[in-house]
Amino acid sequence: MPKILAVDDSASMRQMVTFTLKGAGFEVEEAADGQQALIKARQNNFDLVLSDVNMPVMDGIQLVRELRTLADYKFIPILMLTTESAGDKKMEGKQAGATGWIVKPFNPDQLLNTIKKVLG
Amino acid sequence: MTEQVLTKPTNASSNDEVENALGAHDTATDQYLTFIMANEEYGVDILSVQEIRGWEDATPIPNSPDFVKGVINLRGTIVPIIDLRLRFGLNQAEYGPMTVVIVLKVSDEKGNKVIGIVVDAVSDVYSLSSEEMRHPPELGDQVNISFIKGLVDVQGKMVILLNIDVLLNLKELPDVETLKKIIHE
Amino acid sequence: MSIDLSQFHQVFFEESFEGLDSMEEGLLDLNPDVFDVETINTIFRAAHSIKGGAGTFGFQVVAEFTHVVETLLDEIRAGSRSLTSNHIDLLLRSVDCLREIMHALQDGDEPEMALANELKASFEAVLSGQDAAPVEDAQAASVEQTVSAASDAAEETSDVSTDTPPPSGYWSIYFKPDADVLRTGNEPVRMFRELECLGALSVEAVTCDVPEFSQLDPEVCYLAWNLTLNGGTRAEIDEVFEWVVDESELSIRWVDDVEDVTSQKISARDEGASDEGARDEGARDERALSAEHPSDVLAQTQSGKEQPIQEPSIQEQSIQEQSVQQASSQAPSVSEQSTQAPSVSEQSTQEQPSQEQQAQGQSAEPQPAEAAKTVKKAPAKSASESTSIRVGIDKIDSLINMVGELVITQSMLGQLGANFDMEKLVRLQEGLAQLEHNTRELQESVMRIRMLPISFTFSRFPRLVRDLSKQMDKKIDLVLLGENTELDKTVMEKIGDPMVHLIRNSLDHGIEVPEARVAAGKPETGTITLNAFHQGGNIIIQIIDDGKGLDRDRILSKAIERGLVAEGERLSDEQIHELIFHPGFSTADKISDISGRGVGMDVVRRNIQELNGSVEVESTPGVGSTFTIRLPLTLAILDGQLVRVGNEVFILPLVSIIESLQVDLSMINNVGGQSEVLRLRDEYVPIVKLHELLNVEPDSTELENGLLVVVEADNTKVGLFVDDLLAQQQVVIKSLEQNYQRVEGISGATILGDGKVALIVDISGMLKMANQTNGRFKSKDFQAA
Repeated sequence: MPKILAVDDSASMRQMVTFTLKGAGFEVEEAADGQQALIKARQNNFDLVLSDVNMPVMDGIQLVRELRTLADYKFIPILMLTTESAGDKKMEGKQAGATGWIVKPFNPDQLLNTIKKVLG
Repeated sequence: MTEQVLTKPTNASSNDEVENALGAHDTATDQYLTFIMANEEYGVDILSVQEIRGWEDATPIPNSPDFVKGVINLRGTIVPIIDLRLRFGLNQAEYGPMTVVIVLKVSDEKGNKVIGIVVDAVSDVYSLSSEEMRHPPELGDQVNISFIKGLVDVQGKMVILLNIDVLLNLKELPDVETLKKIIHE
Repeated sequence: MSIDLSQFHQVFFEESFEGLDSMEEGLLDLNPDVFDVETINTIFRAAHSIKGGAGTFGFQVVAEFTHVVETLLDEIRAGSRSLTSNHIDLLLRSVDCLREIMHALQDGDEPEMALANELKASFEAVLSGQDAAPVEDAQAASVEQTVSAASDAAEETSDVSTDTPPPSGYWSIYFKPDADVLRTGNEPVRMFRELECLGALSVEAVTCDVPEFSQLDPEVCYLAWNLTLNGGTRAEIDEVFEWVVDESELSIRWVDDVEDVTSQKISARDEGASDEGARDEGARDERALSAEHPSDVLAQTQSGKEQPIQEPSIQEQSIQEQSVQQASSQAPSVSEQSTQAPSVSEQSTQEQPSQEQQAQGQSAEPQPAEAAKTVKKAPAKSASESTSIRVGIDKIDSLINMVGELVITQSMLGQLGANFDMEKLVRLQEGLAQLEHNTRELQESVMRIRMLPISFTFSRFPRLVRDLSKQMDKKIDLVLLGENTELDKTVMEKIGDPMVHLIRNSLDHGIEVPEARVAAGKPETGTITLNAFHQGGNIIIQIIDDGKGLDRDRILSKAIERGLVAEGERLSDEQIHELIFHPGFSTADKISDISGRGVGMDVVRRNIQELNGSVEVESTPGVGSTFTIRLPLTLAILDGQLVRVGNEVFILPLVSIIESLQVDLSMINNVGGQSEVLRLRDEYVPIVKLHELLNVEPDSTELENGLLVVVEADNTKVGLFVDDLLAQQQVVIKSLEQNYQRVEGISGATILGDGKVALIVDISGMLKMANQTNGRFKSKDFQAA
């Protein structure tokens, strides 16, 4: 079963995402910021990374940049959890190498649909 | 303990019976657990009874009234034990194998309390409707008898139904002589 | 799959309250003159998380309100708007407001939106103000958004209808992704698979750009594709390409089957027909470009410049969602909000300067009253708090280690018991000792879980001090020390209110107004220091001010006036200071809003005593006052010394015991013929016979037959006479009041190893009893006086 890394500094969001994905049979690991995510990414081989943008320590944009420099994560899908507000820079994320985005607020079904599509 | 459901024909007038039929929903019978104390029979609403247990030594509480026998450990909570005989100013009976503690849930303005009462013996369970109850006689302002819910005649025997919430929260209770008057007048 | 989102609500509320706390903390740290990116970022992130969570978990009112807050913060963060103290005030008020709303939501109540709407209007006034010139676009967008959100849904539906393709025809798509599309994890094959879900798809690769094999970089995409799709709507197709539209050449056109009426009936499965269509593509391209359906033609070349054309459709989508949700959760206040807000921003775009001033003027005035209201209302809802606790991983880990050891001990004992003989007795005893050790450690670890740093309580005070000093025109710095000192969560929850009162008191009565301070040769700005530290089994919390100190003479005259002290009575300073804790004592000349509201220091002391704690004051005129609160670390467990009096076992708190000794009659003096005093080195310690005080039959009433336990409370030492000392052990404190009532001299009960109940002696209460019943002794201070 595909393994997903869910990165968000909000515990409730992480719980929701993890619960949803595990319910659909995915393996899920959580991280609360980019730094943690990077450590976990190096220890595991994730098939997809799902990351918030605004996070303490290391934000989502930087995380994408760092991940893309790792051989194992050169081509794997990385989705950003963004909002429509100006504070979230979809384009900056794309330039950093993100695959795409899921716009907050989203519901579990939207999340699953997108992820299933990306993972094929 | 046998359960007696009282179905004896009442000597109520037909008028009363009509009322009974109309008010059937709120005159459903309540069950009362009765116990014996100094040869009188008292009843408490069975819904407030948590359990009945044998007498065990309680840890005395310093400087408390004599009717407070102390506290026991009831599965991790501290429960005070009150001797109802002493509460009513009767002489304390010797505690023996028949002596029982009825553990009651009592409500006051702060919430629920669990309190054990020591009685001579447990007697019976009756189903009674409020029609069968009569009010205790008025004894003037000096005597607070609000702890008596009503009196009821069960097969020629007078049973005093107690309002346990009031009883255990009252500061002053009438003495035993007054009680006797209430019952037998 | 449908998932019940309400299961995440509790966590969401908790982290949001934490977020609000850190917003508040950050805002209080902000100084308009210094651009502190880190702090602003922290505040922004907290607001952003709350907004995201609120939207996800269906708290639309919170999401909408936070949106304006976030927008302002984002502008400040981006440097496109400079921070003013007005902004900080507005943001602080919204923190309060959000807290209120979320408390209501948490309790399942309908939140009160009046203040939120008012604040939102203020935000919008600020956002549309002129000081944000560089960010016109962002702002215009936000105005546009609110306006269109409130506007009729008819527009939306007409938009949607253009999305539905005409009955007959097919989509022709040209897609040429940028060369490094693969490096973003976007796999064209995946997109084609998605398109296939919409209808019959034919794919034709354009390979003209593929280089020779030797020059081929496997990570680069050289291909382009011509696709035809029978089915799907424009929106669905856009969605498939959403993530790559800016990094590719993409054209999507609808081709009508005008020539062939019968082909209207082309079914999605009819491969042949769509193939035919694909072959004809070139010709149809031209026709489509000459635009029978100009709106459907969107020839996207390179990224960047044409981005705005794409953006609105996404925005509209989300707006539509918003308005639908608004409609469904329609409380009157919500609809009011959505209609009112835009009108303000519309106006203000027209008459910016005056409008903004006006709005700010309006918002400034009701501010203190509103703030006061929220502060007052907050404690009333404490029922919803304290439902869960956050625990550091280290604590959990140590707990798990502990349990591991317990399991090992248990299995060792199990083996021992399986074939036991007396030779193994030593090992059994060792095992039991090990078990006891494990149990104790486990208990300590579990208790540690309940321990939280006092910063949880301290963190609410910067705001309090800021608001109050503003209100009183005083200048005050608040210094927090020992914020990491831990104490039990229950104690923490109960100590907040008494501390608020003491801080208010220091602000109101302690710190002088700036002029008076300057006149007294002190710095203009006063300092209140909160200090916390551990001492023995207690936590000490001090509230220190450098104000004018307690006014000895005024307290004394007031006390005499009230009949608390006889005229001409000589009292030490300490005794006079003690008087402020006397019931009904208040020296405030006028009843101000800050203190002296009838809730006196006596209530503070009583509340603290209910926690088995104490409060004392030290004061030096002109230099300041220090209030010292002493509290047990936890209310649940006590280190106890078991003592026996006759048949009864009592527990003395170990912290109060100074020493225990066998009585040597030569150490006993008789005072006044009947009361006995123990000479302990250079002190005289009155003797209290526990059996007399607690009315228990002892083994012996003779001092030489028993033991004296010297205990101390409230600065007073006494020797407690008991029959015997038993074990020392930790006991779990059980309430006597829960089912019975408060008992003088007894702080609670516990259940001993044999299941029996033992009572815990309240040393300070017991001293009072002893004092009242026979008045044999007084505290040192009184003797000194």
